[in-house]
Amino acid sequence: MATTTQPQTGARPGAGLSKEEILRYSRHLIMPEVGMEGQLKLKNAKVLLIGTGGLGAPLGLYLAAAGVGKLGLVDFDVVDFTNLQRQVTFGTSDVGKPKSQAARARLSNLNPDIQIESFEAQLTSANALELFKDFDIIVDGTDNFPTRYLVNDACILLGKPNVYGSIFRFEGQVTVFGMPDGPCYRCLYPEPPPPGLVPSCAEGGVLGVLPGIVGSIQAMETIKLILGNGENLIGRLLLFDALGMKFRELKLRKNPNCPMCGTHRTIHKLIDYYEFCGVRGEEAPVPDLKVPEITPRELKHRLDRGDDLFVLDVREPHEFQICNLKGHLIPLGELPRRVPELDSSREIVAHCRSGKRSADAVDFLRKAGFRKVLNLKGGILAWSDEVDPSVPKY
Amino acid sequence: MAVKVIIPTPLRPYAGRQDSAEVKAATVGEALTGLTTQFADLRKHLFTDDGKLRSFVNVYVNDEDIRYLAKENTPTKDGDTISIVPSIAGGCS
Repeated sequence: MATTTQPQTGARPGAGLSKEEILRYSRHLIMPEVGMEGQLKLKNAKVLLIGTGGLGAPLGLYLAAAGVGKLGLVDFDVVDFTNLQRQVTFGTSDVGKPKSQAARARLSNLNPDIQIESFEAQLTSANALELFKDFDIIVDGTDNFPTRYLVNDACILLGKPNVYGSIFRFEGQVTVFGMPDGPCYRCLYPEPPPPGLVPSCAEGGVLGVLPGIVGSIQAMETIKLILGNGENLIGRLLLFDALGMKFRELKLRKNPNCPMCGTHRTIHKLIDYYEFCGVRGEEAPVPDLKVPEITPRELKHRLDRGDDLFVLDVREPHEFQICNLKGHLIPLGELPRRVPELDSSREIVAHCRSGKRSADAVDFLRKAGFRKVLNLKGGILAWSDEVDPSVPKY
Repeated sequence: MAVKVIIPTPLRPYAGRQDSAEVKAATVGEALTGLTTQFADLRKHLFTDDGKLRSFVNVYVNDEDIRYLAKENTPTKDGDTISIVPSIAGGCS
């Protein structure tokens, strides 16, 4: 499962710095806050990155460049074309490759003097403690609630710092959990939101630079922890609003009744985090609504035949601009008050990007008394696959 | 007393896309009630069916967590800023 890249220039862990290393890190070495002592601390440090995606990209790049002696990379995912907008570790030629391996290749090219270990696996309650034990600091750059609670609990059980960052659209949160006397993730949020209530990045979108900024702050906190210098974000939650370009700071207190790090701990081992977060946490697929459907091919056939069909597009106006099937645009959220725009005597085909929102629209319209209303199965994505490949997918 | 409530990104779609709102309130509870009266869609995101603040939504008066003050009864004064900070998980793999 683990693949390791060993240092290539003969630098031995624990030893001093080679001539090449002194040159490479000279901008650190001439700063009194780092110096030779600090650079050797970096060289002897072992940091595990959970996730090599949006947050993991700047984390990996900066920590490797800074000379952190051993970097672990945990990711089970493969590089997707839509990742390239923000996951700057990867190049176009990496699409389709396992992320942990592509990241290892990129980082070992950036700094051949460090040891990089990649774990192409999903972090689970069964492997977390074993994986974490060889590292000094764990950095959480994951994208889902079950893994965040798992990382937190494993760090508390092993007494390791957890450098936490999370993002949504153009907003980020950063802090350091798991320090002696400091709070943990469960002190901040005792429970996760129920599945489906908080949209994921895939659904909600994210501004590409945002993980770059938040991940860089995590990298800075990690380096400060290693150097033992400066003031860390312990007991402080840093909030970043990229749109307003504002940083704010909130007090984060250790909860004396915390089930994980409080005085009377009730959790003594790792649990089933998918169950804790409600089946599949943030990624929980909402069960498909059973509504009458039409396939893209059938729709094309019927439109070509000249059938009187009213195509209703329930996406948002900014999505309509990306591509459209020349339908009548009423965003799902506006449908209840714009029902009068629709003629219930005509046959209506509702569509969205993937068929999920339009299923809700069909369900709503049928309950409102519309009899002849169908959902375009698979939405514009399926239309692009099955009927017209010139329609872009997004 | 006028207080400013900062609405986080994930909840803005339920609050007319605004990033903040001014409400008149003497306590945090009154401020949140005022806010959810103004934006009814916000209610289910902030409160459970039996009217309790959801456990994955934290509320701060200025920089202090109301769980360590008087919770919803925490008094507010003119010019205070209330922050709603829900849990977000994104790292974007």
